[in-house]
Amino acid sequence: MGLTGLFLCTFLVVHMIGNLQLFKNDQGLAFNLYAVLMTTNPFIKTVSYLLYLSIIGHAIQGIYLVFKNKQSRPVEYAVYDGKASSTWASRNMGLLGTILLVFIAVHLSDFWFEYKFGHVPYATYATNLENGEVKFMPAPAEYKQFNKLEETTMSTPEGQFKITIVKNLYLEVAEGFKNPWLVIVYLLSMCAVSFHLYHGFQSAFKTFGINHPKINGAVNFIGTWLFAIAIPAGFAAMPLYFFFK
Amino acid sequence: MSEQNINVTLKVWRQRNSQSKGGFETYPLNDVSTDMSFLEMFDVLNEKLIQEGKDPVAFDHDCREGICGMCSMFINGRPHGPKQAVTTCQLHMRSFKNGETIVVEPWRAKPFKVIKDLVVDRSAFDRIIAAGGFISVNTGNAQDANAIPIAKENADESFAAAACIGCGACVAACKNASAMLFVSAKVSQLALLPQGQPERKQRVMDMVAQMDNEGFGACTNTGACSAECPKEISLTNIARMNRDFLAAEITNK
Repeated sequence: MGLTGLFLCTFLVVHMIGNLQLFKNDQGLAFNLYAVLMTTNPFIKTVSYLLYLSIIGHAIQGIYLVFKNKQSRPVEYAVYDGKASSTWASRNMGLLGTILLVFIAVHLSDFWFEYKFGHVPYATYATNLENGEVKFMPAPAEYKQFNKLEETTMSTPEGQFKITIVKNLYLEVAEGFKNPWLVIVYLLSMCAVSFHLYHGFQSAFKTFGINHPKINGAVNFIGTWLFAIAIPAGFAAMPLYFFFK
Repeated sequence: MSEQNINVTLKVWRQRNSQSKGGFETYPLNDVSTDMSFLEMFDVLNEKLIQEGKDPVAFDHDCREGICGMCSMFINGRPHGPKQAVTTCQLHMRSFKNGETIVVEPWRAKPFKVIKDLVVDRSAFDRIIAAGGFISVNTGNAQDANAIPIAKENADESFAAAACIGCGACVAACKNASAMLFVSAKVSQLALLPQGQPERKQRVMDMVAQMDNEGFGACTNTGACSAECPKEISLTNIARMNRDFLAAEITNK
């Protein structure tokens, strides 16, 4: 549980850094190139299979834990004052995890499945190599090459241009988050991420036997400020950014 | 603290034996001295029940000074009631308000079968101890005290772990009915001392195996056990046991 959980935490950091390209004001060039890198680089592809396995393993073990632990108390208490001795998040990891599993399914079908198997339009970017200005134009509708990316250099009287033709996942993201319901689903899911990691990150360390005043401060600080606040807030900012853009 | 009397309503779990179904009975109790301990209040209730020709409430108790680990009531949703670091026998009626309804249940866990009313069978703990919670000592004359040097910090930590009275509040409080705090305290008190080293690896594996066999739940680090422990056994013991267990799994023959 702890091993897969911490691995998924490190994934979130990478995912966050990558997705920050969405905020770049370049009509999505950086983000689309990032999407190509993530789906073609052999190292990242290997890690991504490990990631899928981790998600499945984490979910299966979590479901098993919930049911096994329920069996350990066949007769429930009539009155149980849980909040007197533990945090809400720590008592509801199963519920939070279920929300996240549903979210991951929605999220993957929205973007990952669309990108790999669906119809994502292409976009053409012309980058002026002298001043770095980017011009954007939709690729012709009949552009149906298998390649995810094509790059050429072109000389014109106006200067040297780098022409990039790439699958426009950025457009999918920007269009998708115009839907208020999807934005709400994403925001609620990020709340679930926050609570799940508020307990989960530091709990994983305890599972491995790391619970010492010397490092607990650092673990709790990172668990709270990075994983329970900064990362969910950063991800939540993305749907909001496109919704209000 | 000025003495006064209060009226309370008790909702107590009554169950004839481990096979029968059981349910709550309500008993109003008037003129309860706030200087009474919770168990003394139950003595008064039982006197009353006996006088009325009814079956008194069965509950576990022994030393009544907070060191034996026998008393075991789940009071208003918390083991040993609302106070921190006290056993039920050391809980006083001044911790309750006049007119309050107090719900009293037995420990709830699969390995802790209800024997009668509020009495549960905690022999699962004894079997865990028997599985490895001991050290080998040669018979004969007692050794000189302090013959083996022990670091002060280790002696202190070991002593803090040994403060566990095995009452089972950790299991009762845990949402998973996990016995990790109890077992880890019993593993730690020996693992921290030189005398505990010969069996260290085998001990942790055997005790954890017995704990799982008894049907206790798995630890999810909620921390409820330590928060409700009358002896304030630290969560660091659980981490120490996890560490020892991992190491033993990898290196033990």
